[in-house]
Amino acid sequence: MHSSGQTLNGSEIFFECLRREHVEYIFGYPGGSLLKVYETLHDVKDIQHILVRHEQGATHMAEGYARATGRPGVVLVTSGPGATNTVTGIANAYMDSSPMVVFTGQVPSSLIGNDAFQEADIVGITRPITKHNFLVKDVRELAITIRKAFFLATTGRPGPVLVDMPKDILNSSCVFEFPETVDIRGFKPTFKCHINEVEKAAQKIAKAQRPLLYIGGGVISAEASEELRTLAIQQNIPVTMTLQGLGAFPGNHPLSMGMLGMHGTYWANQAVNKCDLLIAVGARFDDRVTGKVDTFAPQAYKIHNDIDPTNVDKNIKVDLPIVGDAKNFLATLLEVMPEKKENREPWLSEINAWREQCPLTYSSEDDLLRTEFVIDEVSRQTSGNAVVVTDVGQHQMWTSQFYTFINPRSIITSGGLGTMGFGLPAAIGAAFGIKDRPIVLFCGDGGFMMNVQELVTAVHNKMPVKIFLINNSFLGMVRQWQELFHQEKYSFTDLGDSNPDFVKVAEAFGCKALKADNPESARQAITEALAYNEGPILVDFRVVKKDMVFPMVPAGGSISDMLLARLNPKTMV
Amino acid sequence: MKHIISVLVENKFGSLNRVAAMFSARGFNLESISIGETEDTEVSHMTIVTRGEDQIISQVLKQLNRLVDTIKVTDLTKQPHVERELLLMTLKLSKTVQHEIFELITVFKGKVVDIKQKSITIEVIGSPDKINTTIDIFRPYGIKELARSGAVAIHRGE
Repeated sequence: MHSSGQTLNGSEIFFECLRREHVEYIFGYPGGSLLKVYETLHDVKDIQHILVRHEQGATHMAEGYARATGRPGVVLVTSGPGATNTVTGIANAYMDSSPMVVFTGQVPSSLIGNDAFQEADIVGITRPITKHNFLVKDVRELAITIRKAFFLATTGRPGPVLVDMPKDILNSSCVFEFPETVDIRGFKPTFKCHINEVEKAAQKIAKAQRPLLYIGGGVISAEASEELRTLAIQQNIPVTMTLQGLGAFPGNHPLSMGMLGMHGTYWANQAVNKCDLLIAVGARFDDRVTGKVDTFAPQAYKIHNDIDPTNVDKNIKVDLPIVGDAKNFLATLLEVMPEKKENREPWLSEINAWREQCPLTYSSEDDLLRTEFVIDEVSRQTSGNAVVVTDVGQHQMWTSQFYTFINPRSIITSGGLGTMGFGLPAAIGAAFGIKDRPIVLFCGDGGFMMNVQELVTAVHNKMPVKIFLINNSFLGMVRQWQELFHQEKYSFTDLGDSNPDFVKVAEAFGCKALKADNPESARQAITEALAYNEGPILVDFRVVKKDMVFPMVPAGGSISDMLLARLNPKTMV
Repeated sequence: MKHIISVLVENKFGSLNRVAAMFSARGFNLESISIGETEDTEVSHMTIVTRGEDQIISQVLKQLNRLVDTIKVTDLTKQPHVERELLLMTLKLSKTVQHEIFELITVFKGKVVDIKQKSITIEVIGSPDKINTTIDIFRPYGIKELARSGAVAIHRGE
């Protein structure tokens, strides 16, 4: 470790700054513009570099790590194609507000703008998908820029920040000074909620007959689950969560209503429809949650707490906006809440009636293997204690329905961008961050192939990721829409003739693999996989091809348009 | 409704791009944008003219504030402010209309900045409305070339 005041070159400064930011892992891939950095890295022992096999994999790994631990994920890639390959991962982290710092090599300053070999204007390209980004133009600016990047990525609403470092900057030297504090005059997020507004919220809650907490990922990133739990239980308020909010409140508690929205539970959506007070915390009224905005929570007085003012009144006009940190909001609310509470039993029994009317079920009469069974069984065998990573599609929605999330930071999924190929690298990244809980990946056969190369990274580093491949030989969610809304024209969604033998693929990578095609073999395979910790293990679950995810509120529809079953798609409630 | 927004931004490369790109990415209307240094060389002043319903304008202001490079965002529309725009315009010149053109320049408090055998270049400063009127009035004489600066605005002092 070097100290301040020493003369260091840009590459040495880079690692000194990372040390001071307590970085454990860098997910990266070397290249021409970064040769000096990798030369320095050769002798760095206290920060581990994880070699990926594609830069997109590095970004999803960094995000998986960030979501599992709450600490920023760090990516290091070269200029040009190395940088452009990170774009999807950065966009994903931006949409899901994950803290991440991406370092890109750049061609030497003198060549910028000349269409030099491996040059891309990555700062220009990533401007709309980063919280902020920087091009370092002077080695004396490197340390403060890195400090600012970590500060921005982790402060307020988290998000990705990119730092572009030209080759000559990394080679030239200056006196190293690490700025302990950082002040960015255009960046002052509001943490503390306005007390008058919180008091008004408390009064509304105290008087509400049919209140509902609508919880998003913001509660998890603010580490506010405990405050939420206390509030909900103390005030007897049912809790529904977004995909990213799952685990913020224990899914096995009677007040938990599971997820709301397009594939949310019947009772959560009915409750939204009938509630007289909606308390949204760290959620952003996404279109997959609201459906048709005019008919969303039509009877409710709406309170919205969010750290990002742009989320307020963006999709839906609310009655009481409260800008600030979710933990601050909930903690202050608990302080000012009157002791006495309304009798909420009629409301809770109304909700329970909906729950009994249309529970989440799946057929278990035949001996066919269904995704719901696999997820249900994994939930049971892990007692809801796993860190569950998903890819995107049907299996992702079934995971939200059938895995019982007990703790925060238990689901890592691509919600906003819906990136197929996210799952495998994100699970590997999560496994680097969390060693004392099983890391479970549910991934479709389509998405698995999109970043299959990262299996090497998992095998090489002996990461104990349980890869539960939900293989229906279809792009299932697209197929579902084709069946319901596009005249059953299964255009390019049947992968049955072209999929590889996934067991052989895994084995070729040196990954242990099993296959299961009925409930009993699936149960055994899950037990075996959960007990295996020498490295990754893949189970190829050959599930039925044509299941659909229900309930389903069609895109842009109202709760009253909710589809409940496949047999008659016109069944409305 | 038309809104005029004043934005103080860090005087760094890319600041203008960040603002303009945010408008296009979010589908906000952008009628004009002008930028220049302030008394503090590290800060630039940007004047933005946009149109939209109240809800949209509220989003515009919040999204502008959210950009890390923006230091202060003010909607000047409903506050006392001064708004000016510069017009540079070259007109066809002939003996028959010469007199009328000079008279109109006086009416609009314009200045002649260049004059040639067959053309005259003038400058006019005023509110965007005045600039619109100026252009309409001079149009019949034959506009050869025209450039507008876009609006620049600041608060009126106290």
